[in-house]
Amino acid sequence: MSADFLAALRSRFPQAADRASADHPAVNVPLADVVAVLKFLRDEHGFDLLMDVTAIDWSEGANPRFTVVYHLLSTTRSGSYVRVAAPCGGNDEAPVAPSVTSLWPGANWHERECYDMFGIRFEGHPDLRRILMWEGYPYHPLRKDFPLAGIETELPGADVVEETGTKVVAAPMAGGPFVAASGEINLSEAEPRAKDESWSDRVARPDQTPLRQVKE
Amino acid sequence: MAAEHTFPDSAARLAAGAATVPDEFQPEKMSLSMGPSHPSTHGVLRLQLEIDGETVTKADPVIGYLHRGDEKIAENMTYNQFVPYTDRLDYLAPLANNMAYAIAVERLAGVKVPPRCEAIRVITAEMARISAHLMGLGAFGLDVGAWTVLLYSLEEREKLYKLFEELTGARFTTSYTRIGGVTRDIPEGWLGRVGAFCDQFLPILEETLRLLTRNKIFMDRTVGVGVISKADALAYGLTGPNLRGSGVGLDLRKDKPYSGYENYEFDVPVGTSGDCYDRYLVRGEEMRQSVRIIRQVIARFPEGAWHATDARRIFAPPKDKVLTSMEELIQNFMIVTEGPQIPAGEVYFEAENPKGVLGFYIVSKGGGVPYRLKIRSPSFCNLSIVPKVCTGCLISDVVAVLGSLDFVMGECDR
Repeated sequence: MSADFLAALRSRFPQAADRASADHPAVNVPLADVVAVLKFLRDEHGFDLLMDVTAIDWSEGANPRFTVVYHLLSTTRSGSYVRVAAPCGGNDEAPVAPSVTSLWPGANWHERECYDMFGIRFEGHPDLRRILMWEGYPYHPLRKDFPLAGIETELPGADVVEETGTKVVAAPMAGGPFVAASGEINLSEAEPRAKDESWSDRVARPDQTPLRQVKE
Repeated sequence: MAAEHTFPDSAARLAAGAATVPDEFQPEKMSLSMGPSHPSTHGVLRLQLEIDGETVTKADPVIGYLHRGDEKIAENMTYNQFVPYTDRLDYLAPLANNMAYAIAVERLAGVKVPPRCEAIRVITAEMARISAHLMGLGAFGLDVGAWTVLLYSLEEREKLYKLFEELTGARFTTSYTRIGGVTRDIPEGWLGRVGAFCDQFLPILEETLRLLTRNKIFMDRTVGVGVISKADALAYGLTGPNLRGSGVGLDLRKDKPYSGYENYEFDVPVGTSGDCYDRYLVRGEEMRQSVRIIRQVIARFPEGAWHATDARRIFAPPKDKVLTSMEELIQNFMIVTEGPQIPAGEVYFEAENPKGVLGFYIVSKGGGVPYRLKIRSPSFCNLSIVPKVCTGCLISDVVAVLGSLDFVMGECDR
């Protein structure tokens, strides 16, 4: 695996640090340099395809909590990849990262998805809306503190909700064979199980106080 | 090579059209919602169109109707439990998805599978490619008014599904791979039946393609329609036949070979003008090349183990051993309950799937459950170019463009 571009990258951006990686060359860069580093890789080293933009949530309390990760592929260097990662700025509630839509228009949807799933605001994005969930949905589901079973939410159309009283109801058990835990997951909790008694018609969900009365 | 064709940019054509109409006669624009339940949106894609008469002035895809939270689910289950979910990404080529996922995890674990396993995976992935392209071709023909193609291609796909069923036990949701191998070896005589399928398939493929390739109506609907330039295709991260239709010869089976693709000879078809017709031609040729690969795999099918034999904490032992030997019983129990033990680290692996490049980015903190699993889906990226391509098209061209992009919403929405 030729990594000549990594040496060039390091001499141009001394603040870029090696990122532990078993497969592709990878660098950690400060958030402020993301756009410049990606532009450098694209224009001077032939990484012309932005394959993926995504984020990792390192759980509540981690600092930094969110990391954005970019994967570039080169069509001219016979399939070499490079991974660029940067810790997000801002606070845990509203993390920020710079948008790379000016370099690749295709980053538009990737960044919208990141915003939708993690709540990362991409500064300079032309149209930062939700993409998979609906506009007005109050949570960012891929954050580690969001339960797997979901949270009850009202549907988007206010008039429809008023008329029908419908809402999105969370799964009745803590996910059947899965477990809705945040942060470090205990493997014994992730084992397949037939029934989860911790959250049923008789036992209230931890985040909901009133018990539903079941008539016998 | 012929001179490169150029067609007027759709936005420029739109501006030229508007300029010929005096201001007082500029018509009012209409908003039209196409989908999520529409025969040409292949699933649950919705296009929010703004139209001026018959011309589309703005197209905004609304996706997420099939969002199931696969990435969230993956963080809560063991690596092997997630295999069935990969079936439901590109549900027209589940075997190719199974393979891409298994290789990604194996790269992270540092497991090397034996040549026989690689050959089984290549042959199933290429059969999946043929079946996905057959469906894409049939649906594309149907979208632009050619009914017969679908009847031919569905019949061939059915024959492939029979072979899939014989191999995996399921026609559609195959869940065939495991981390470190596959669920079972190929049945006796199966390779011969695959070879027989290839022999009878090629003439039928030619007959099917002949229905479209020089068909006047089909060419009128597709030539010069939905042109994607090389630069645009790269800027929007298009992959697969859509990228190659625009003249970029990127095929990961050649450029970054995995699972032994470097041992097989095949050509990568590339388009010249990047219109709907070129994307159709690329898919047609890819099926011929897939048959070529399958024949080579059959001709020198390796003997030996069909799963990794040195990965005791990753691949479950054979069932007869589990029932008779204590050590294997414990090993099986640990893999089923705790999952295959994958070391900490991160991996990004992409495979050349029928729709384009399917990537898995997996972050592991060790143990049997991924900490984060991101699916880079080709249909998602391929659809992101729709606002650019469809602006300036006629409504009927939108149907042709969607058909030629050949997306699957299960994969786009995840």
